[in-house]
Amino acid sequence: MNRQAQAAVLFLLGAVLLHAGATDLALRYVKAGLRPMLLVSGAVLIATALATAWYERRRGRQGGPKGHTHPEPRIAWLLLLPLLALILIAPPALGSYSALRSGTALQKPYGYGSLPVGDPVPLSVVDYASRAAYGHGRSLHGRPVRVTGFLALDHSGAPYLVRMALNCCAADAQPVKIALTGKLPPVLRPDAWLEVTGRYTPRLARDPVNDGPVPYLEVTSVRPVPVPSDPYDETWNN
Amino acid sequence: MAITEDAPPGADLRPPGQPPGRAGRRLSSPLVLTLTLLLAVLAQSPIRGFLGAPAMQTWMTVFVAVTVQALPFLVLGVLLSAAIAVFVPASFFARALPRRPALAVPVAGVAGAVLPGCECASVPVAGALVRRGVPPAAALAFLLSAPAINPIVLTATAVAFPGHPEMVLGRFLASLLVACAMGWLWQRLGRTDWLRPPAHGAHEGATKGEAFWDSVRHDVMHAGGFLVLGATAAATLKALVPAGWLGTAAGIPVVSVLALAVLAVVLSICSEADAFVAASLTQFSPTAKLVFLVVGPMIDLKLFAMQAGTFGRGFALRFAPATLALAVTGAVLTGAVLL
Repeated sequence: MNRQAQAAVLFLLGAVLLHAGATDLALRYVKAGLRPMLLVSGAVLIATALATAWYERRRGRQGGPKGHTHPEPRIAWLLLLPLLALILIAPPALGSYSALRSGTALQKPYGYGSLPVGDPVPLSVVDYASRAAYGHGRSLHGRPVRVTGFLALDHSGAPYLVRMALNCCAADAQPVKIALTGKLPPVLRPDAWLEVTGRYTPRLARDPVNDGPVPYLEVTSVRPVPVPSDPYDETWNN
Repeated sequence: MAITEDAPPGADLRPPGQPPGRAGRRLSSPLVLTLTLLLAVLAQSPIRGFLGAPAMQTWMTVFVAVTVQALPFLVLGVLLSAAIAVFVPASFFARALPRRPALAVPVAGVAGAVLPGCECASVPVAGALVRRGVPPAAALAFLLSAPAINPIVLTATAVAFPGHPEMVLGRFLASLLVACAMGWLWQRLGRTDWLRPPAHGAHEGATKGEAFWDSVRHDVMHAGGFLVLGATAAATLKALVPAGWLGTAAGIPVVSVLALAVLAVVLSICSEADAFVAASLTQFSPTAKLVFLVVGPMIDLKLFAMQAGTFGRGFALRFAPATLALAVTGAVLTGAVLL
């Protein structure tokens, strides 16, 4: 790849990073805290592209010998892969396929905060799951709750409401699962985002992958919702 | 219908109407680039169809995530390495480091604490240090210690293991120990001809500004390519290998240590995040978790690809297994004493 082509690739890469960092696109892949870093590095890449093009042009105008004494790295062609993947495909956030392949990452909490206001109480998947699995639902005071997540169906067809918890990037994302029972719509589509209203039920299942606790939720109503701007749960993120 | 994504570079794609490339017989790279991008845009719906399967989608998401997450740190490391290569005189390192290599190794290892970032940043910086005349043994100790013992990573470890400060201490000590041991090992056994002679001895350019940007451009393209290669391998294994085998491995002490060492190599997680993953591996013993934390920042698939790119394949093939063996041993010993 000669320097003009390298300048073009650097420019495109910088532009894609700026685009991903400035919109919600980056949140499909990395934690929200990384966005400023993405913007800065995108700007640096664009500056590098402009500097390369400028020095290349000046060298051409000076008419000096083309100083390509050593071969330019061929491996650099691989940089086109993430570029095309982000521009053309922009793969979605991790969904039910990876959720069912890994065990629930639920961990014993150090305490339960007071319930948020609202009726039903809006809770995250992680919050409901830890109150139900480790606190026997006592901190819920029998109130109805509302939880948002995506749907996953295991091989027997049993429905789970899942949210992937993320620490840095999607490579380390791990699922937290709630098993659903009660009044469910007749047709369930995996990966559909749902807002589920329901009540605590003491039933508890074990995740077949890692034997982790998977609490149940007695569903009273289900409403399809659009994918949230940050599809991951980042509550464990510092 | 699998339509390949790119035209292979250098393939004879030139349509009859196009003027021949500047180099005569060879196709010029801007033309190949334009054709590749055009073809990819034209073929995007079959490509999307091919990538629609859940396994392919997961692969792609993890691949993009590893790359996007690592690029900012790579850019940070490349900027630092260009600044070292262009603005810091070689005499500075000769004065800053002890004359005797045996002493320079631990000094460089501790100096790793000042590089805030993960392993993607440390590879180009270590490469620049070697080019600047720092003894390779010291530069390698820096390469291994920097991603594991800097304050950001240690803070993340403390957050991930609340109430277990011995985990933070264990990680710091074991990582520093292994980094210095590798440095001394290189000093005794290493041969400079294993290190590929730097392709860019001095960056060409009339001015310091030109040399700086030339170094940034070269390192981003070069290390970035290897980063993509490593991300491909990590995403493939993550999408294909089932997680169930971890549960069976956790019960047996020796196997659990080895399983988490292999997991650290395969997952290629950023060192700023690996503590959280280690904390979630609840079935495993603290020593096995410490092995995960010590091995991950020193050697994983992504790092191996980047080390091979910076220092040469002959180097990486010798260095990586030795690092893995020493890291596991060092972490187990530290774990036996502390945890």
